[in-house]
Amino acid sequence: MSMLHLVNKSPYENNNVSTASSTMRSDDVMLLIEDAVYAAVKGGKASAMLEGHKVSVLGPDLAARGIAEDKLASDVDVIDYAGFVDLVESNDKVQSWL
Amino acid sequence: MKLTIQVNEGPYQHQSADSAYFFAKAALEKGHEIFRIFFYHDGVNNGTRLTTPPQDDRNIVSRWTELAQEHDIDMVLCVAAAQRRGIVDDGEAERNGKDATNIAPGFRISGLGQLVEGGIQSDRLVVFGD
Amino acid sequence: MSDTKKFLYINRKAPYGTIYAWESLEVVLIGAAFEQDVSLAFMDDGVYQLMKGQDTSAIGMKNFSPTYAALGDYEITKIYVEKESLEERGLTLDDLQHLVWEDEDEDWAEKDSIRLVSRAELGDVMAEQDVLFNF
Repeated sequence: MSMLHLVNKSPYENNNVSTASSTMRSDDVMLLIEDAVYAAVKGGKASAMLEGHKVSVLGPDLAARGIAEDKLASDVDVIDYAGFVDLVESNDKVQSWL
Repeated sequence: MKLTIQVNEGPYQHQSADSAYFFAKAALEKGHEIFRIFFYHDGVNNGTRLTTPPQDDRNIVSRWTELAQEHDIDMVLCVAAAQRRGIVDDGEAERNGKDATNIAPGFRISGLGQLVEGGIQSDRLVVFGD
Repeated sequence: MSDTKKFLYINRKAPYGTIYAWESLEVVLIGAAFEQDVSLAFMDDGVYQLMKGQDTSAIGMKNFSPTYAALGDYEITKIYVEKESLEERGLTLDDLQHLVWEDEDEDWAEKDSIRLVSRAELGDVMAEQDVLFNF
């Protein structure tokens, strides 16, 4: 049984990335969408919170915000909306950290 | 996979409505079923037909209407949230003495039970909000 | 019911500054009629929703906090409150309403609905659920 943790707010705006990463278990996956994609930028304080977790980030939201893929922390998987749907399907439930 | 999608925010103010729309579209393209899209809190504002967005910007309300009509999706605005925010259909206008309606095509107004039912009947509930 | 699911309603926002706390409670009340296995969780600023002594007269809003006390009557007996969230905010259980339910199987004995849990324990609770509601 695994959970998809959906986070959509910048880690520098509120604690959702932090709370999600401290609650998620080893089989869980975090998907960063909308403003949460900033968490995946390497060298940012927030990217440390992602280490050791399975993290995906929505490509369209990165592109919108001018974040090139080479600026991302390693191990972060860039996906599209089809990949988002696949993640919802492959995990048993979705926790939207609002 | 049978999905219920919950949209908690209104059009333009937050990206939630956009994210939900593209997620829904991708799910349909992959052959999944959308049991219901339920609009709650300010999300009910996705259901007013009176928006006039700039010509060079996306028309969020029409986009929902087209998606619903093309794929026969049940798009529900929560009645309590809609009453608070002034989204009105014929039934609500009559019941509450309003002199106008503004609900967009493809949407219907109904109770919170529709969200709960969505949670029961679907394989996944995906919530988009603030 | 053949398809009873475990529902968890998660509350992370303070009351009154936004409508989420109240409108989330409205779902819980309507949802009670569907006889699923319901739990509520209060974490982060959500713990503020349960504070006792709320007086909204000067801000002109309806004080909906008495509704939490009625949850027992809606057969909601599992209300998880996260310990770390209380501590971070300088609160203890004593600052919160004392929420109870009456156990029909034990001669209507009054029992505590609030279960104080750590973040790790709350993570376990979340992992056991079928459907997670967030507002």
